[in-house]
Amino acid sequence: MPTFFEGRQLVIPGDLIAEGEYIAGENAYAEGNKIYASRIGMVEYENKKVNVVALRAFYIPRVEDMVIGTIVEVGFNGWIVDINAPYEALLRASDVLSRPFKPQKDELSQVLEIGDLVVAKIVAYDRSHNPQLAVDEPGLGKITRGQIVKITPTKIPRLIGRKGSMISMIKQETGCQIILGLNGVVLITGKNLEDEELAIMAIHKIEEESHTSGLTDRVAQMLKEEKVKREEIKNESEN
Amino acid sequence: MSQKTEKLIDKKGLRLDGRKPDELRPIKIEVGVLSNADGSAYIEHGKNKILAAVFGPKELHPKHLALPDRMVLRCRYHMAPFSVQERKSPAPSRREIELSKVIRESLEPSIFLEYYPRTGIDVFVEVLQADGGTRCASITAASLALADAGIPMRDLVVACAAGKVDDTIVLDLMDTEDKMGTADVPAALMPNLNAITLLQMDGILTLEEFEKALNLTLEGCRKIYAMQKEALRAKYVSVKEVEE
Repeated sequence: MPTFFEGRQLVIPGDLIAEGEYIAGENAYAEGNKIYASRIGMVEYENKKVNVVALRAFYIPRVEDMVIGTIVEVGFNGWIVDINAPYEALLRASDVLSRPFKPQKDELSQVLEIGDLVVAKIVAYDRSHNPQLAVDEPGLGKITRGQIVKITPTKIPRLIGRKGSMISMIKQETGCQIILGLNGVVLITGKNLEDEELAIMAIHKIEEESHTSGLTDRVAQMLKEEKVKREEIKNESEN
Repeated sequence: MSQKTEKLIDKKGLRLDGRKPDELRPIKIEVGVLSNADGSAYIEHGKNKILAAVFGPKELHPKHLALPDRMVLRCRYHMAPFSVQERKSPAPSRREIELSKVIRESLEPSIFLEYYPRTGIDVFVEVLQADGGTRCASITAASLALADAGIPMRDLVVACAAGKVDDTIVLDLMDTEDKMGTADVPAALMPNLNAITLLQMDGILTLEEFEKALNLTLEGCRKIYAMQKEALRAKYVSVKEVEE
């Protein structure tokens, strides 16, 4: 039962990864007893399972995922939301209004207009139906302030860090609230514009250098240095 | 075209550009050259210069084209007005529409179309400069662009042509050889699965000649595959190096 690549080695679609009694995991497929890669990524062995951690992928909806989307259409009994995925998501009016929805009374565009941003959770999705959203939990619903940053969806886990180490560090250093949409959209709300800018800077750095080690420490250091620099500029302009 | 019958192969057995019968033109491939597309690739195959870009998968418009059980792959092969010696009208010609279909059909078997039903992928191939064998170079580039877009694929697709020129079977025809020669056999291959996804023949060949041409083409495909693989890895190899 040979394997042709070591763990964390780069593979491209069509590369023969292993032969024998293996199971094709994420981004891999089996043809007879041969396991091939189906995306560019890094090989990962998990007992008998062969996974490829994709370097290039798009967001595929999953039930229970928290996402940030943009309203693109106001319909008769709900909204259509762009969630940065191959499928458009539906948000039903009766799930947003906390009372029964009456089409003759309620004007949907007064609740959510085209272009509005919402934090929502995916409650249903399968092959034959577009994802359905809900905003029935605390923290979900229309976004009223803050800034949006879009990153590659595959890099969200890196932004969270091990047990949330990276994201909690950024929150602490910048004093911003950060909501991660698993579809690669990040919402940042801080006390002022400068704090938000700092957090955005950190996120861009993480996206660019996501594959390097010791990143959490370097981002922390960058944030500290940047804060000192800004303080100096402020003092100078006051004098 | 000049009227005099030039010798396409000289006494030493070399071709017009000095190549041996089984020699490819120089090839340069680059992946991820366009930042606005989801995936892209650029190929220089001899004097051919071709850009390929991929968008998707995304909700398909117009919606009635969507299929309930699989993705729809759409291809547009287009030659720039300045890609040939005489200005080419930018409107899609009969030939371009046909080549779009040929490229689409040679890429389709390599993609897991059943993964994301009701969606569509758009592939745009833009020929900036043409010198024979653009369909093959287009397939090679488009397949790389698909991989770069993160679309799940069974294998890369690589294409190459062989033909008959002055009674000799030669690999990788250029424009003059294609026009003055007797036959042309383009083929596309999924090298790891050893599956042919495109096979055409234009001209007249005996069965033996055809077999020889096909084997030569497949050999050429494998050589190009090595370069294709290298180009795709090159974009991500920096990622690996930093990690180790």
